[in-house]
Amino acid sequence: MKQTPLHALHLKLGAKMVPFAGWEMPVSYPAGLMAEHAACRDGAALFDVSHMCQVELRGINRAVALEALVPASIVTLQEGRARYTTLTNEEGAIIDDLIVSNCGDYLYLVLNASRANVDIAHIEHNLPRGVGLVRHYEDLALIALQGPAAAKIIESIAPVTANLICMQTAAQSVDGIPMRFSRVGYTGEDGFEVALPAEAATGFAERLLALPGVTPAGLGARDTLRMEAGLCLYGQDIDETTSPIEAGLGWAIQKSRRTAADFPGAARITQELETGPSRRLVGILPEGRAPARAGTQITAADGTPIGQVTSGGFSPTLQQPISMGYVAAAHTADGTQVTLMVRGKPLPARVTPLPFVPHRYKR
Amino acid sequence: MSTYYTEDHEWLTVEGDIATIGITGHAAEQLGEVVFVELKEVGDSFDQGDEMGVVESVKAASEIYAPVDGEITEANTVIADEPAKVNEDPEGDSWFYKIKLRDPEQLEALMDKAAYDTLIA
Repeated sequence: MKQTPLHALHLKLGAKMVPFAGWEMPVSYPAGLMAEHAACRDGAALFDVSHMCQVELRGINRAVALEALVPASIVTLQEGRARYTTLTNEEGAIIDDLIVSNCGDYLYLVLNASRANVDIAHIEHNLPRGVGLVRHYEDLALIALQGPAAAKIIESIAPVTANLICMQTAAQSVDGIPMRFSRVGYTGEDGFEVALPAEAATGFAERLLALPGVTPAGLGARDTLRMEAGLCLYGQDIDETTSPIEAGLGWAIQKSRRTAADFPGAARITQELETGPSRRLVGILPEGRAPARAGTQITAADGTPIGQVTSGGFSPTLQQPISMGYVAAAHTADGTQVTLMVRGKPLPARVTPLPFVPHRYKR
Repeated sequence: MSTYYTEDHEWLTVEGDIATIGITGHAAEQLGEVVFVELKEVGDSFDQGDEMGVVESVKAASEIYAPVDGEITEANTVIADEPAKVNEDPEGDSWFYKIKLRDPEQLEALMDKAAYDTLIA
């Protein structure tokens, strides 16, 4: 089991550690998932996301090379800007979702831990001569500070971040340590992800945690936060059978790429953009108190199977169960009544727009 | 009055032929904050090992299994209305059921506190 540079700190903080994508990660701290979740919505939560795979693409033609593998515009991505996109396969399904930043001399990619090896093999296989991939194995940590109080805290440490808005990135040294500050995250809140040398990670995390209102938060809270924000988790809501359009990620495909239709899987994806996909990821609000988790079958009012829950649980913010899942196109309208089969019992529920909790990104 | 424990992290306190059943403090802690409890009804009858309810935390769902044969004489609807109470007092006020034992000899195969503490150590 791999350990992040913050492993000893997690243990010192009393974290409950669990295996996740080959890593030993904190699922929660003694404060508990609910308090960690609330800290992110009300103040600032600190997450260790060092398990995510940080990669650099270098070489003159790096943007053209990556653009050939994703449906987002990368060539026009300005320096200091970041963009969410997906690696797609020839069938128009999702190999992984990732954030790409233009750091001037190189493109900086953050990949899911569970997909890192697949992604890197795929990217390297498709790179032209003169473009190289550098994987940061153990030399870099990644710390996310998320929540309405996060930006002020980061700004006090790294003044360069003061003028950044959502999906922008800048580098600054702090006490002589080179760090990269990206105004991104996966909680629905404003916040930053900070990439920094592994050996400086514990000191930096402790410095943040010493500030009032900063709470360490684990994978449990990260999951409930991203579900409330309607954000897809690879391996649950998106995988190599789902297309970006089915998953509601059409916004991440810029107009010029739609017109050019020159990315892997463009045939299916442009077709779905035109006629609509046969199924779509929707929010589902169960009427009772019982959570409907991943794998729960969704049926129409008459009992016909129409889809499946891909993520589900209890929303600490809304204090009620929430689910996300794919349903057949005819049943995706907001307010559509559906039935969830939970432990053999039909539970009434209705389709609702995502996100469940509004995003509060800095625009 | 004696208290017994199971490998499924349940406790039973027995008085006469009535056992009060709940989940252990260790189970509640492992589950995390409980957000949903589904109870069976008074009069329902179970064999040892049958599923007799569900307890869900923010993280996961987990079944409650009948620790012995018996029939429910009382269900603690307070925890169904306020699931968070399970974390507050799992081995006290937040019991799940009182059941009438059908085969008290089954108790002999269960653990005492010392054995259970060893199991979870």
